[in-house]
Amino acid sequence: MNLSKNPNLRRYLWPCAGLLVLLVINAIIAPEFFNIEFKDGRFYGSLIDVLNRAAPVALLAIGMSLVIATAGVDLSVGSIMAIAGAVSAYYITKGVDNLALIIGAGLIAGLIAGIVNGFLVGYMSIQPIVATLILMVAGRGIAQLINEGQIVTFDHPGFAFLGTGTFLGLPFPVVLVIITLAIVQLLTRRTALGLYIEAVGANPSASHYMGLNAKAIKMSVYCVAALCAALAGMIAAADIRGSDANNAGLWLELDAILAVVIGGASLMGGRFSIFLAIIGALIIQTLTVTIILSGIPPKFNLLIKASAIIFVLLLQSPLFQQQLAQLRFRKKATAATNNSKEAKSA
Amino acid sequence: MNTTPVLQLKGIHKIFPSVHALKGVNFTLRAGEIHALLGENGAGKSTLIKVMTGVYQRDGGDILLDGQPIFPNNTGDAQALGVSTVYQEVNLLPNLTVAQNIYLGREPRRFGLINWGKVNRDAQELLKGYDLDIDVTLPLSSYSIAVQQLIAIARGVDMSAKVLILDEPTASLDADEVQSLFRIMRDLKARGIGIVFVTHFLDQVYAVCDRITVLRSAQLVGEFETATLSRPELIGHMLGKELAALGEHKPPVTSACGDALLTVKGIGRTATLSPTDIQVCKGEVVGLAGLLGSGRTELCRLIFGVDKKQAGTVNFNGKEVNFSSPRDAITAGMGLCPEDRKHDGILGQLSIRENMILARQIKQGWWKFISRKEQEEIANQYVKELSIATSDIEKPIEQLSGGNQQKVILARWLAANPSLLILDEPTRGIDIGAHAEIIRLIRKLCDQGLALIVASSELEELVAFSSSVIVLRDRSKVAELEGDEINPQQIMQAIAAS
Amino acid sequence: MLNRKFIPLAITCCLFCLLFGIGSIQFEGFGTPRVFFNLLSDNAFLIIAAVGMTFVILSGGIDLSVGAVIALTGVVCSVLISKYQWHPLVVFPVVLIGGTAFGAIMGAIIHYYKMQPFIVTLAGMFFARGLASVISEESIPIEHEFYNQVSMFGFEILGDAWIGSSTIICLMVLVVAIISAHYTRFGGRVYAIGGDANSAALMGIPLAATTIRIYAISAFLATLSGIVYSFYTFSGYSLAAVGVELDAIAAVVIGGTLLTGGYGYMVGTLMGVLIMGVVQTYISFDGTLSSWWTKIVIGLLLFCFIALQQLLARVKPK
Repeated sequence: MNLSKNPNLRRYLWPCAGLLVLLVINAIIAPEFFNIEFKDGRFYGSLIDVLNRAAPVALLAIGMSLVIATAGVDLSVGSIMAIAGAVSAYYITKGVDNLALIIGAGLIAGLIAGIVNGFLVGYMSIQPIVATLILMVAGRGIAQLINEGQIVTFDHPGFAFLGTGTFLGLPFPVVLVIITLAIVQLLTRRTALGLYIEAVGANPSASHYMGLNAKAIKMSVYCVAALCAALAGMIAAADIRGSDANNAGLWLELDAILAVVIGGASLMGGRFSIFLAIIGALIIQTLTVTIILSGIPPKFNLLIKASAIIFVLLLQSPLFQQQLAQLRFRKKATAATNNSKEAKSA
Repeated sequence: MNTTPVLQLKGIHKIFPSVHALKGVNFTLRAGEIHALLGENGAGKSTLIKVMTGVYQRDGGDILLDGQPIFPNNTGDAQALGVSTVYQEVNLLPNLTVAQNIYLGREPRRFGLINWGKVNRDAQELLKGYDLDIDVTLPLSSYSIAVQQLIAIARGVDMSAKVLILDEPTASLDADEVQSLFRIMRDLKARGIGIVFVTHFLDQVYAVCDRITVLRSAQLVGEFETATLSRPELIGHMLGKELAALGEHKPPVTSACGDALLTVKGIGRTATLSPTDIQVCKGEVVGLAGLLGSGRTELCRLIFGVDKKQAGTVNFNGKEVNFSSPRDAITAGMGLCPEDRKHDGILGQLSIRENMILARQIKQGWWKFISRKEQEEIANQYVKELSIATSDIEKPIEQLSGGNQQKVILARWLAANPSLLILDEPTRGIDIGAHAEIIRLIRKLCDQGLALIVASSELEELVAFSSSVIVLRDRSKVAELEGDEINPQQIMQAIAAS
Repeated sequence: MLNRKFIPLAITCCLFCLLFGIGSIQFEGFGTPRVFFNLLSDNAFLIIAAVGMTFVILSGGIDLSVGAVIALTGVVCSVLISKYQWHPLVVFPVVLIGGTAFGAIMGAIIHYYKMQPFIVTLAGMFFARGLASVISEESIPIEHEFYNQVSMFGFEILGDAWIGSSTIICLMVLVVAIISAHYTRFGGRVYAIGGDANSAALMGIPLAATTIRIYAISAFLATLSGIVYSFYTFSGYSLAAVGVELDAIAAVVIGGTLLTGGYGYMVGTLMGVLIMGVVQTYISFDGTLSSWWTKIVIGLLLFCFIALQQLLARVKPK
């Protein structure tokens, strides 16, 4: 099949190529990058590290890609991470030992937050940026309130497994991302939900004429995003065996949005792909590693990230594409005239 | 009367990527006249206006203002030259005060700062000239559309307008408001301003206009003196029917209709449609005739539950139904192809396949997923059946031509297997080949036992397939034609009668 | 009759008086000019940044780069002054011009490439923080005689209320902002774009120039805010002022400005910051309440004001 002609395949081309280029660069500057060892029942290596570190953002990006597909955005996922972490830490420190209860409590806390967001956006028609800003600001306060501002630490091997455990040789957060990916993929692509989400994002008015209930769909995507965030928050808490309401998930909402944008999704809504969102998250993490490996001081991290974002955004802009095309055209034109001159002189 | 032209457009062309929207149109506006610009949807009226006001740049032809060629690049340029426009939806700023709206961008200043006292006094004074004595310090949104429109006119004229373009200003006004608008228009005319008046109310054209220019299918039909042009002639020019060569009309057997599939009694909604009856049987097409704004679209939307009806009963498939959203109507077995294909019809980014199966999917419910294989079968089947010109069902629908997009939307509803299909202007803005195919398709569907309601401004079309035609004017039903009565002359008479 | 557009502003003012009143009744030494003027001087940098944000939000946009610009300003100032021994009076114009250019570029990208303000300024935020940390990851102290003099400058009024240099700067900014928002053609254009950018363009408003200017002003004020911020800290640190953009947005909304643009007043923003300050002061006077209540209360206030605006927008006057 012709790759450049098929729009669906073409969407995968650029993000995947970007990730590949970064990986190749890593392999060149540090050949040991691809070394993977199997020791004590788990894999070790830079690649595994990248996967493990990218896990929280990847989880957020899964939910965020659904939200962005409906032409929305969820700024509160970082705060929801903090809330979920704080809630599970609270129950552990209160002596609850049942892992299902602890995780369930964290997820329910996330779900409530998602319902609040979904209600504000779907049913009160408040702009998504504004609606989720409320929980972004208040959520961190609520997270602090739960454990009265303390950084709670705990010792619960079962819960800690979420962040540091190993399953089938892989870090457990990576396994959780894969499971979440599978569930959300099933939910959106083996039912019509994914198509509905894309329809509402692509043309809300036409969707209305076809009888789609945009309110319910928006509610559901904000709930999924919040559940993903809650899971990410519990992984983060399990990782440090404690809950730090101030710093858990701080600014990760922005990384998640970036991951989705780098994955090629339009902020105006429509098409989404959670695979591409995860690739976006991997690109962000790999880029960080590339910077470290290439000997550029880590302080350049943010600057390079910012430049990458601006570049990706510009690539998506129709005007910029047009300008690029004109540039190329002009080059070709001058090349052509040069050729003809050469031909003449010859 | 002064006959010097103030604004002349000569051989204007405008080409969009997919459409040739104006094909060498001429237009002449004299100083001190009210000149109606008429035409049905897609005739090119609004494109022509946008070319005059600099929103679009012309791709050919000349614009002369007082004999001098002008090249407005944006509305600011046009305004500075003396061409002002007032739109139906009043393009002023609801959040600013009335006075601010009038003087925005040219506020009188003192010591570099805006002199609000003077702004408000001047605005008050200016509006008195338009019989408006209102508090100019309140936000514009505090006033009715009619008042806002007058404010917009006042702003336009005060900015030294030579030419004032009124784009459907009366669409949302009541009779008294229209009269006061006319008074103002005559006033301005007496002051030597040339007014272009776009409307779809023919009564209003005859009430105030001196001359009429008619556009159809991106071309100029002609320029006429209002006094010497009869109403049926005018409608003939607009709808383009020279009352000949109408194709074979084979009136379907209407009497055989035992029990109606859809019986609507007294359906209505305030300011939208006065109570209207309509009955549709299996295997027949009911045509809705009328000009733009006559209530055609409104009737379709009310039946389908897009707008909630306030009065009347709907009986469908032997049951009384009360739709509160399109979803209910779809579940009951209806489908609606809306008039504005781009805004309400296609899901631009999504593929042809997805656009086609969505309505069926929604009817089935989200958990009963139509498998990819089944989707492809459905899509391929309809691509073949409706001869949709595409190489690939995975192509985004926005890449298709208008006619093919329309066929995809039709396929969308056919795939949902409805018993009643409502088509609102199914042939608007599509090329002649596709046009004929869609008409053929409607006949075929009808033969297969589907019931259809088709709203159209193409009389030829209605005559070709309708077994009865309902004529609407000014948001109410004025006639119902059956059998031999269905011919362009009679439909036109029903539309025109006053 | 109270004009509808004043309702949110009126509520904001009443709310401030109410909160201040409750504090005064409950705690000794709360209801004094000293506490009031401390609200101003403690939050001067936030007021300045929020004024810039008000212009942006009035036009229907948003600027997430404010906090990062404040940090970058601090870092650049401290490096130029401490490392290169420039005089602050030379440094200030340089950073102000640089900051303004930064905002103008963001505005230009937003306008010409038709991108959402939030994503562009988000990239701007990363860029400014990144640049700041590239210049220095450590906090750099500012040691200059002039800095001490400026930050010490001030006088007492009404007994023991202190008016310092930051208060003076912030009040000056506020006055200029009020004048330009309500008494210049530029101000009218900002409101016009926020009301309906399409109509504004049809009415002949230059969209490009206005948009670029709005973001340039916001960045200019963020830079100025960064300078004032360095009067408190005597240092520049790339991780300073994290989240100030959120505080600024919250202040603007609580001040009664519509987040979708078009409605609002500069004075409201001042009141918004003061309300947030009062909540903080109340919590610190109380002693038993903890700091996180500030965030929760601000979140609740945000919700109330947004809901109120939604309500006002729905109940259209007949």
